Parts: sequence; C-alpha cells; structure tokens
Amino acid sequence: MHIAEGFLPPAHAIAWGVASAPFVVHGVRSLTREVKEHPESTLLLGASGAFTFVLSALKLPSVTGSCSHPTGTGLGAILFRPPIMAVLGTITLLFQALLLAHGGLTTLGANVFSMAIVGPWAGYAVYRLLRRTGVPLMVAVFFAAFVADLSTYCVTSVQLALAFPDPSSGFLGALGKFGSIFAVTQIPLAVSEGFLTVLVMRLLAQSSKGELTRLGVFPADERKRTETTEAVAR
Amino acid sequence: MSRNTKINALLLLAVAALAIVPLALGLGDHKKEPFTGSDSEAETAITELKPDYEPWFSPLYEPPSGEIESALFALQAALGAGVLAYYFGLRRGRRQGEQRAQERQEAEGASVAAREPDDESV
Repeated sequence: MHIAEGFLPPAHAIAWGVASAPFVVHGVRSLTREVKEHPESTLLLGASGAFTFVLSALKLPSVTGSCSHPTGTGLGAILFRPPIMAVLGTITLLFQALLLAHGGLTTLGANVFSMAIVGPWAGYAVYRLLRRTGVPLMVAVFFAAFVADLSTYCVTSVQLALAFPDPSSGFLGALGKFGSIFAVTQIPLAVSEGFLTVLVMRLLAQSSKGELTRLGVFPADERKRTETTEAVAR
Repeated sequence: MSRNTKINALLLLAVAALAIVPLALGLGDHKKEPFTGSDSEAETAITELKPDYEPWFSPLYEPPSGEIESALFALQAALGAGVLAYYFGLRRGRRQGEQRAQERQEAEGASVAAREPDDESV
C-alpha cells in the first residue's frame, strides 16, 4: 500500500496531506491525553506500535504470485481507538519513508490516509458493530483486523486510480487494475493479520486483563456484578 | 500442552500455511518475476497507464543495495518484536512476582494465626 516517493502528482499529494493532517493532529492530542491520564498505558501503547512495526515489515507471498505486507493497525484501533492509531501508523510510515525508501515524504499524506486513518477506523467500526450484535470477542477482533488490513489496500487502489485514470476506461478501469494488484493480493494476508491479531489479543487477555478492562475490551462491570451477587448471597 | 497453548500454536500454524501455500503451489510461476512486491507492481501499472509520468521527487535516502534494504527491514521487524517481547516478559514477571508476594503474605498470615492461640495461652 506504499505509494512510492514522487508517484502521486503534486496536487494529489497535497490534497491527501491536507486530508490526513487533522486526523494526525487530533491523534497526537488524544495520545498525549492518554499518556498523561494513564501513564501505565504507555507500555501497551508501545506494544501496539511495535505490532504495526513488525507486521508492516513482514512481506508475505500471496496467491496472486506477488508479495505484500499486513498493516497491524487493527489491534491498536481496538485497544486505544483509531485517533491514537493514526499517530502510531504515521510513525511507522515515516520510518519506512526515511530509512527504507519505502513509501515517501510526498506520498506520506496519501499513505497515512489509507493505513493510519481509514484502516483503523474501518476496523474499529466493524469491531464495535460486531460486539454490539453479541459476536464473541475474538471473532470480532479477527474481522476488525481483516477489515483494517483490506480497506487500507482498497483505499490505496482508489488513490492511484484517481491520480492515474485509464485513458480509455477511465477511473473505474484503473480501479480494476490497481484493485487486482493490491486488494486481491491482500485477501489472504488480511486473513493472516486477523489470526495474528487474535493471537496477540489472546496473550494480552492472559497477561493484561486489568488494562484491557480499563480500555473497555472486557466489560468493566463484571467484577462489580460478581461482588453484588456475592453480597446478595451473604 | 494446555488447550490455550494449542489454540495459539494453531493460529501460528495457519499463518505459516497461508504464507507457504502460494510458494509451494508455485503460484508465481506465470510471472516473469515471481513474488515481487505489489508496491512495485503498482509502479509498473502507473507507467503503463501514463507512460510519460515522471516521479517528481526522489527519496532523500535510498538503501544502496538490496542487502542493506533487507537489513533495514529486518531491523524494523526486530525493533517491533523486541518491544513486544519486552512487554509480555515484563507482564509475566510482574504477575509471577505478585503471585509470590501474595503467597508469602498468606503464609505469614497463617503462621501468625497459628502463633496467636499460643500467645493467648501464655
């Protein structure tokens, strides 16, 4: 999903930068508030960022015969909500643009928009929707990660199709072309990302139940309810 | 192996299988260069759609070779994995420490309770 440096016309590059900036600024504010109010969450924030770091460095082969990488943004979006993930995703993209020549500074706005904004929000929306309809936690986590991953690559396809419409078949023709490169390749990788996110969430559920309860992953009233039933029993 | 560990191992196995199957089935064989990055395929598609397009900005720093690039990617993954491992290790250690402290407290409480009746008899 990394649009390479210089591969978006200046007008597009600026427009995506302008679109992304408020999300990132808002995210920085949410992040500083979270760290100030809950200093103990710094570690888990670091772990969520680290998850994105690992997954976006893993280039995996896919059924289309090409390679791509997951994004790792679903986990942080579920734990800390999408605005914070916008910051963590931007840091990852900046690292890759500056050190790896992967992505770029001129395309940072567009890449942030797909991976750090739309992906986390889409994943979070799916997570909330599924949880509200009573779907078990880990199933919701799987689909959140799957959607966060896949939607990122769909946005990249749209961004490129907008910038480079097909001379004969226009925007839709180009969307089909970029979509077949990105979105189809990404489907099995999004499944992998779903599994890995469920794995990490299972480990977190074991090791950091208190923290996850505070973040709303587990219902906070569970303990209270058992306390009251105990009190009633007494 | 506990049920928990089994499920975790199965999840990892599924991820590994999803990565190995395309390689094992040779799904990249129809391509001139199998298993290239989708990012670079998109670049090729751009030059097909608009042959006169020239990238108007080039990266400030570019890894001088494929080896250096893969080293930097490995570094990125290692940094992430290191932080994750630190997090889970710390959590596990803390939990064990708390458990031990609690056990000790309970043991002390029990010994105090055991001593108390003697004190009263004296």
